[in-house]
Amino acid sequence: MTVTKYDQQMGFFIDMQRCIGCHACEMACAECETNGQESMIHIHYVERAVSTQTTVQVCMHCEDPACANVCPADAITKDEFGVVHTAETSRCIGCSNCVLACPFGVPQKQEKAELMMKCNMCYDRTSAGKKPMCATVCPSGALFFGTREEIELKRPDSVPVDTFIFGNQEVKTKVKIMMPKGSNYLKVH
Amino acid sequence: MAKLPISAEKIIDKFGPKKHYTPMGGFEGSHEPDKLVKTHCCFCAMQCGIQLKVKDNKIAGFEPWMEFPFNEGRLCPKGVQRYLQNNHPDRLLQPYQRVEGKGFEPITWDNAMERTISEIRRIQTQYGNDSFAMLSGVSLTNEKSYMVGKFARLALKTKNLDYNGRLCMVSAGAGNKKAFGLDRISNSWADLKHAEVIIIAGSNVSECFPTLTHYIWQARDNGAKLIVVDPRVTPIARTADLHLPVKPGRDSALFGAILKQLVDNDWIDHEFIEKHTNGFEAAAEAVKDYDLDWAEKTTGIEKEKILQAATWWGKAKTSFLLHARGIEHHTKGVDNVLSCINIVLATGRIGKPYCGYGTITGQGNGQGGREHGHKCDQLPGNRDISNPEHRKYIAEVWGVEEKEIPGMGLSAYEIIEAIHRGEIKGLISICFNPIVSLPNNNFVREAFEKLEYYVAIDFFLNETARHADVILPGSLHEEEEGTVTTAEGRVVKINQAIDPPGEARKDSDILIEMARRLGAGDKFNFENSEAVFNELRVASKGGTADYYGISYEKIEKNMGVFWPCPSEDHPGTPRLWEEKKSAFPDGKARFNPVAYKEPAEVVDKDFPVILTTGRVVSQYLSGTQTRRIGKLVDQYPEPLLEIHPSLAIQYNIQNRDLITVRTRRGEATFPAQIVETIRPDTVFIPYHWGGSHSANQLTVGDLDPISKIPEFKVCACQLIPTGKKAAPAEERSAYQSS
Ligand code: SF4
Ligand code: SF4
Ligand code: SF4
Repeated sequence: MTVTKYDQQMGFFIDMQRCIGCHACEMACAECETNGQESMIHIHYVERAVSTQTTVQVCMHCEDPACANVCPADAITKDEFGVVHTAETSRCIGCSNCVLACPFGVPQKQEKAELMMKCNMCYDRTSAGKKPMCATVCPSGALFFGTREEIELKRPDSVPVDTFIFGNQEVKTKVKIMMPKGSNYLKVH
Repeated sequence: MAKLPISAEKIIDKFGPKKHYTPMGGFEGSHEPDKLVKTHCCFCAMQCGIQLKVKDNKIAGFEPWMEFPFNEGRLCPKGVQRYLQNNHPDRLLQPYQRVEGKGFEPITWDNAMERTISEIRRIQTQYGNDSFAMLSGVSLTNEKSYMVGKFARLALKTKNLDYNGRLCMVSAGAGNKKAFGLDRISNSWADLKHAEVIIIAGSNVSECFPTLTHYIWQARDNGAKLIVVDPRVTPIARTADLHLPVKPGRDSALFGAILKQLVDNDWIDHEFIEKHTNGFEAAAEAVKDYDLDWAEKTTGIEKEKILQAATWWGKAKTSFLLHARGIEHHTKGVDNVLSCINIVLATGRIGKPYCGYGTITGQGNGQGGREHGHKCDQLPGNRDISNPEHRKYIAEVWGVEEKEIPGMGLSAYEIIEAIHRGEIKGLISICFNPIVSLPNNNFVREAFEKLEYYVAIDFFLNETARHADVILPGSLHEEEEGTVTTAEGRVVKINQAIDPPGEARKDSDILIEMARRLGAGDKFNFENSEAVFNELRVASKGGTADYYGISYEKIEKNMGVFWPCPSEDHPGTPRLWEEKKSAFPDGKARFNPVAYKEPAEVVDKDFPVILTTGRVVSQYLSGTQTRRIGKLVDQYPEPLLEIHPSLAIQYNIQNRDLITVRTRRGEATFPAQIVETIRPDTVFIPYHWGGSHSANQLTVGDLDPISKIPEFKVCACQLIPTGKKAAPAEERSAYQSS
């Protein structure tokens, strides 16, 4: 039996401000053993006509994951470490319910495979005590994997936020977004 | 005559560039490699540590190298994908010769060598030794750079040897030598993290040196103010505390105006100036008229912003100033660099913790490659080829008479001009692609077509090697052991991961064999790279770039050693000038007066728009390697013309309209990308492509009189909308790489 070394103290923090849009995270994610050269993280320009600002779109690993809740085949599971896993291939029927349900727009249906695929926080690496590929390579520190204490010490001007408000719905996530000091939640319109 | 033997299209069909991807599920062995080899990225001068996965003499993938202190696993997309250059279908696996009308046909190594040697002999007998030139590249390790220098002088016996660092950081090198007598960044990156103010001038750090971005952010987490001088709002400029959108070519006016503010407001370090420098008065005198109104008019930056920058810089206790090609690629690149150094010296912020100054070297071994003697004016250890004592020392190390070492030759672009004039008839190049990377490249191509004999050593058939009479397949970065020196002055170890495939050979074996056949074999009795490094150590001993105390073992143990390192028990020097002694005999640093001068070509009514060039994050230099890696090509498949909406309105230009850009040297057509992130009077084109997509058809070949660097960063152009729209990027990408 493989012994997992999943360290619960470690978390995933995203600071969009630092993102330089280099796509190293995407390319490194595709190198993950389980991803078959598909990236589970996506970088987009907000509006290239006016700014070089880019955003990072990755699974937020919600406490109460909408994608898993709506899956009719029970293909998506959340484990004891809070990682929301990608759809199990033998179960996924490619119905795209998860794609529609996710408030962050994360799961994508791989048309070729008729399967949903999404980030599982590099389970093969994180469960073996390594860091996720994307956060390891990110050259600017926009993606960080470590403890909350570490990031608070390193970035005194920001706070990690894990509460998102979509209309009346409040979503709490395992992945945290770095926001200016004083923020407690992020309201998404 | 080195004309293309068949059409470029047919050559591309066979030799690429073709896009190469990792197959679904990875290369064989990517999950169970035979070994992991700790080495470095083959691209920019950050030289990020990386581990390559090796299976059956092939690179199957990579694994981050978390322990390497500079990047701790971090990589940019080029680093992530660099393993794909190995096992690439375009790789040259055997020697070829050009056959008119047929293309390139394989020949044996023996024939390729024989032909090369007899052509060298014929040309040199007929026209003199210096009529055969050599051009080298700084993707080569220190060992190879050293060997090229020795090879050209002792085996080829030519003075005309230069290198592609001439297109990169030579202005910074010349400026550093004028001010400090030594050419290296003053501090390791570690010092950057605690500086109070950071000025980055003319460096798109986030796209050209992405892993350095992390250090800048760490400084900002510690409270640093970031000032970015750039005509574009690059990703690093986007978040800066102050962005100074300078008009291309006006950098020394900006720094002159800042110096004047420092003097007028008495934000200067009198004690430091007095005790440790010379020439302050003349430098201050040169800028006495550069008031803020003049500066605003000249640089195009609002005067309040200039004053703000001067105030932050003036009042800080610690600071770091970094620059790169944006201020160096000019006919007054050296002046620009000196104008930066003047404000560093005036405030005395050098040689102490968290204070520093330097250039961010561009090419992989841009630093080491400019120290070991493949520059036309230089001998190993950063010695001066015209200095009798320096010559004598190297002659002794090489076991030759001093007079056997040729004198100073022509610089890179001057070599091309001499070829064009018919004075240079033969050429050997190694890892250099001037037809893409030199300015005014239609002229460069014409020059190549005039060569009587051209032999290229390279691993891919790049745009220039297509003109070769004979092509010798050399080695990739991962195929030979050696060292490189990173932009922070850290000498690191490149470990060999695999052997060259097919009949390809290690570059150094090719040089040794050629030297032997030219009758200089006794000077090249090197068993391996370490033996070359050991000779280099001795050759650099006592020079300003002193590597004597560095050994392979020491590098491995310490994960790099900073030069100067003069003795075996010396730990290396991450921070220069701590003793407040420059490399000049009097130990003082020198101010240099800088009077502002205009660029070689300014806009007028015929050519009303400023054109500037630069890089994108997914491509590297002339693209010889990166235009062959699928995902890197897809990320930015074609050069785009960045243009501000207000200029676009004047010309009625919409996104993806095809616009012909014409200068006095040529014209080329690009899809427009309308963005507010550029000055309204300036357009930008990245330069990594060749053929019809080449930005360097347009740029100007005028040189800085001291550094001989071309003025890539500013020229005057016309914009001519063609009335056509570009196809969506994906459809065009099939034709991009030509
Ligand atoms: S955590 Fe792993 S799977 Fe998820 S986006 Fe990052 S690299 Fe991809
Ligand atoms: S690697 Fe980091 S900086 Fe680069 S695109 Fe991804 S998140 Fe942004
Ligand atoms: S290109 Fe430069 S920044 Fe990118 S991984 Fe290579 S060495 Fe690092």
